[in-house]
Amino acid sequence: MIELRGIHKTYSGAQPLHVLKGIDLDIAEGELVSIMGASGSGKSTLLNILGILDDYDEGDYRLAGTLIKDLSETRAAQYRNRMIGFIFQSFNLIGFKTAVENVELPLFYHGVGRRRRHQMAMDELEKMGLTDWAEHYPNELSGGQRQRVATARALVTRPKIILADEPTGALDSKTGVEVMELLKKLNREEHITMIIVTHDPNVAAQTNRVIRIKDGVIE
Amino acid sequence: MIELFSEIWQTARRNKLRTSLTGFAVAWGIFMLIVLLGAGNGLINAQMENNDRYVDNSMMVFGGMTSKAFDGLKEGRNIQLDNNDLAVTQARFTQNIDKAGAIIYENAVTITVGENYVSSSLRGVYPMDQEINKKKLVAGRFINDIDICDQRKVLIISENQARELMPKDPRLLLGQTIRVGDLAFKVVGIEQEDKSRMSTDATVPFTTLQTIYNRGNRVGRINFTFHGLNTEKENEAFETRYRATINRQHRAAPDDEDAIWIWNRFTQALQMQKGMNIIQVALWIIGLFTLLSGIVGVSNIMLITVRERTREFGIRKAIGASPASILRIIITESIIVTGFFGYLGMLMGIGANMYMDATLGSKPIETGLFTTTVFVNPTVGLGTCLGVTLVLILAGTIAGLMPALKASRIRPIEALRAE
Repeated sequence: MIELRGIHKTYSGAQPLHVLKGIDLDIAEGELVSIMGASGSGKSTLLNILGILDDYDEGDYRLAGTLIKDLSETRAAQYRNRMIGFIFQSFNLIGFKTAVENVELPLFYHGVGRRRRHQMAMDELEKMGLTDWAEHYPNELSGGQRQRVATARALVTRPKIILADEPTGALDSKTGVEVMELLKKLNREEHITMIIVTHDPNVAAQTNRVIRIKDGVIE
Repeated sequence: MIELFSEIWQTARRNKLRTSLTGFAVAWGIFMLIVLLGAGNGLINAQMENNDRYVDNSMMVFGGMTSKAFDGLKEGRNIQLDNNDLAVTQARFTQNIDKAGAIIYENAVTITVGENYVSSSLRGVYPMDQEINKKKLVAGRFINDIDICDQRKVLIISENQARELMPKDPRLLLGQTIRVGDLAFKVVGIEQEDKSRMSTDATVPFTTLQTIYNRGNRVGRINFTFHGLNTEKENEAFETRYRATINRQHRAAPDDEDAIWIWNRFTQALQMQKGMNIIQVALWIIGLFTLLSGIVGVSNIMLITVRERTREFGIRKAIGASPASILRIIITESIIVTGFFGYLGMLMGIGANMYMDATLGSKPIETGLFTTTVFVNPTVGLGTCLGVTLVLILAGTIAGLMPALKASRIRPIEALRAE
């Protein structure tokens, strides 16, 4: 599903920063993988490149067979919309939209019609057990509920991969466990490829494979 | 489209005070623009109404004084127009001249009916005078060709005079024979009062007056309507030709510009039109500059909005919003804010114009000699409203452009990092 070959990334500036120094990585379809590393190790940069939020200087990145390289912003947005679902540490829901409107948003950019969009978003929320909370605004929801809304938003377009950046980082341990159970279940039952960035060993332990990054290379 | 509007409604609702304060600047700009244009139109219309009293495509010719020595005669001779000049005018310029006539005056005659009398002047005219000076009759008829031919002693009296002479029912004068000086004239028409000047003239056939008051073949002034002279240049060329012909009749130099005076109402109207256009353009410019400050305000607010919503735009982009879709949101919001408040301002401006129309517009100013109104119908037309709408949409786009470009360039990673 994911093929990285010799990825290099340097942040230019007064002192150029060579963050990724030749990453080779393969992740198969349906895998549940975690990426670990200390801060500054380059794991966030790697995640950004995987999520087509950032570009890279050298190497090749193939996502589901498509070469992701030197894309225009519009093209990158299209690929993100079609192939990738994001789950963020701080949820990143839009505050003035209700839960269901937040879940609808990726479908809006996908060009799905209004009624169908609403139906799909409601179905997704139902799976998350949030039907009763659909018309609530994010600030009326608990942390766990918010992360479930965010998960619904990530899943609603049926992406090829889910990228989760510290999905349990902002949650208490009990809720964190619930969210992890949910992600594992999605991986198991719907065979969605899932990549979780974390520095929590407990979270990493629950995944099939742990990828450790140190100083821009995979250990 | 519905999505776009509901998005904008959601965001505008969050910042009511800010949105309405910004909107006020735009509304004020448009309000000023409409009021200025309305007032300008009022002035212009008032002027037009004055011009409307006679036909545009007409000229009037007066005798003058030669300023050049010619043909053995020295300068400084008075030129007196006569029947020959009228005949020449009628005969030689048929290409352009439709109807030519002449006017002659007799001052200070006394018109008497029973015990009532008024002091009046007499105007001897041709039938075409009615058309050229847009005379309207309350009753009866104007001078006709038979009156001219037979030198009939018929008279058209002004409404004003009719009321003086027969206070109870002025219309009864119609058909009566009344005394004008020592002579008897038959009243055939009553002329409508012209508000712009006191009507103290009574109108008689030209030939009648010329004969009765011993004018020989002398003529006061010649007037005529014309066609086919559409530019200032054509008019000038015609005037030069006409002047040369009439001058020659009086042994004056053909290019002597003082021998006869030509008053061309058409070129005068053209120049007036030019002046009006300049006024209108000036008003637009002033109004647009007022509006500009409003637009800058909108642009400013949109910049702040974009900054506030940086994170939101980052999220949108991460989940698949293209830069163009972000651009669209901001520009549409800008256009809607500008358009909505602009329309509010436009409605207020139209309201103010209507108020102006109801007060100043309908209040004539009495000068003693004539009455006039400063403002006539001080309102803007549908065309102006459409123009202003266009300006609003354009203004909204311009105001939103910078902030929108800024928003569309937001990079999702940076936006999501900023907390």
